[in-house]
Amino acid sequence: MSSPLYTESVASLRRKLAAKEITAVDVADQLLARIEQADGKLNAYNFKPDAAKVRAAAQAADLSKPLGGVPIAIKDVINVQGDPCTCSSKILQGYTAPYDATVIKKLREAGAVLVGRTNMDEFAMGSSTENSSWGVTRNPWDTDRIPGGSSGGSAAVVGGHEAFAALGSDTGGSIRQPAALCGCVGLKPTYGRVSRYGLVAFASSLDQIGPFTKTVEDAALLMEVISGHDPKDNTSVNRPVPKYTDALKQDLRGMKLGVPKEYFISGIDPEVEAATKAAIEHFAKQGAEIVDISLPHTEYACAVYYIIAPAEASANLARFEGVRYGNRVKNPKDILDLYRSTREQGFGPEVKRRIILGTYVLSSGYYDAYYNRAQKVRQLIKRDFEQAFTKCDAILTPTSPTAAFKVGEKTSDPLQMYLADIFTIAVNLAGVCGISIPCGFTKSKLPIGLQIIGAQWGEENVLRAAHGYEQTTEWHKELPGI
Amino acid sequence: MASPDIDVRYVADLARLNLSDAEAATFQKQLSDILGYVAQLEKVDVSSVAAFSGPVVNNLRPDVLGESLPVEVALSNAPQQENNLIVVPKMIE
Repeated sequence: MSSPLYTESVASLRRKLAAKEITAVDVADQLLARIEQADGKLNAYNFKPDAAKVRAAAQAADLSKPLGGVPIAIKDVINVQGDPCTCSSKILQGYTAPYDATVIKKLREAGAVLVGRTNMDEFAMGSSTENSSWGVTRNPWDTDRIPGGSSGGSAAVVGGHEAFAALGSDTGGSIRQPAALCGCVGLKPTYGRVSRYGLVAFASSLDQIGPFTKTVEDAALLMEVISGHDPKDNTSVNRPVPKYTDALKQDLRGMKLGVPKEYFISGIDPEVEAATKAAIEHFAKQGAEIVDISLPHTEYACAVYYIIAPAEASANLARFEGVRYGNRVKNPKDILDLYRSTREQGFGPEVKRRIILGTYVLSSGYYDAYYNRAQKVRQLIKRDFEQAFTKCDAILTPTSPTAAFKVGEKTSDPLQMYLADIFTIAVNLAGVCGISIPCGFTKSKLPIGLQIIGAQWGEENVLRAAHGYEQTTEWHKELPGI
Repeated sequence: MASPDIDVRYVADLARLNLSDAEAATFQKQLSDILGYVAQLEKVDVSSVAAFSGPVVNNLRPDVLGESLPVEVALSNAPQQENNLIVVPKMIE
């Protein structure tokens, strides 16, 4: 029996559409039916696609375009004109996006069919998609477990085959960690590669939009579409976008891959460690040269992040005060009460915690001790990567120290939750790029992810290494029971 | 940095955020733990390090008038408005 159409990759869908074996409307219909069947169990969509709109878009799709007729899901933090954009927060319920984010404009121009907004941790703060006013999203491999976060909905719809691909955002691991936990591919581009215009800001010096896909080839296809300079984002860099799919033509022979000893620490799950080490051996067998490297400031990355990200968030989230958009509390006593009560009622606990933490580290008397010191250590972390990349083309590490944990397991202890991102955070701090790809399963059949880190603008090396591994392994072909 | 003596209510006030008593107590404990954790940065010698200046250089566009959202669209999400203006409670006596 052949696999259902909804399990296909974007590239394979494109071939079938081009050969007229199927129509874009068939694709839309089968996906809509799949969402009806699976999303009641996963709760991955905050807004499921409107069937009539999706069929009309599929009907009108220009199949000659790079993503013509391909349905793609969008994290509920990216503005899509005329649609809600809630960031999974009560404070933005009722908000309608007045414009398209640049990535959405690019997807539309490439012929993609937009399907639904996916669940996330509120304002992208979290590692489990439990901090959502829409309820927790479930992992497609075990619905008692979390999908990771913050882009847990996007990971679950791709890993659970409720979308062919999705966009997410990654501030400290929010694409790579959920991709690892849901058994799909997730890429965090180099800072400045993809426009942030229309992405609701969390921590502006760390945020990047990137793709979730079923294969590395699909990640390259999406990167070709969404990358590029945008005058509306002054941190987007004016630099030509390579044809990323060309990077997939080379195999692993001659690649130099670094393994940093600091990423194999106590606290890492033995099954994750074994799968990562087996993957490293596999690279060696395929002709890559494995080199030992050191990233000496790795142990400080999490502490640096939980100063800088909340500091930036406390400033970015000041705009949610009930005046210009979003919910406003009824009958405030005065303007200050309007601000305070709107924010009290609109934000969930994790967002409040980070606003307080960020305000504290930026406040008079503490700024130097916390924020300035963290910025200096961040510079050391960036320097670590610059030095490492003089010795290798890409770096191999685990994506997450454990496979998916149980719903509720870490919600009462924020610090334990923060440590779920211990292997992904340094990549954002340094502004480099990274991908997570499937590299095995635990005994209880939970996916394990391998992280491949590239230098600034090193996406081609990352994609080449990831594709070389994927094409010589079978992990990505496994289907969840959902 | 050693003493994580955060006064949660004072800082929440700076951030224009009301907290319930229960929330304030929970956050007091959790934020003290988090500040205790980040205090490990004290161990790093940063005496000769310049602060991180951003992952990329700001790439500013020329300051010329371009197309922007029409006023009605820009205001379409404001919870209360009148004559293309946002209405708020009286701020100045």
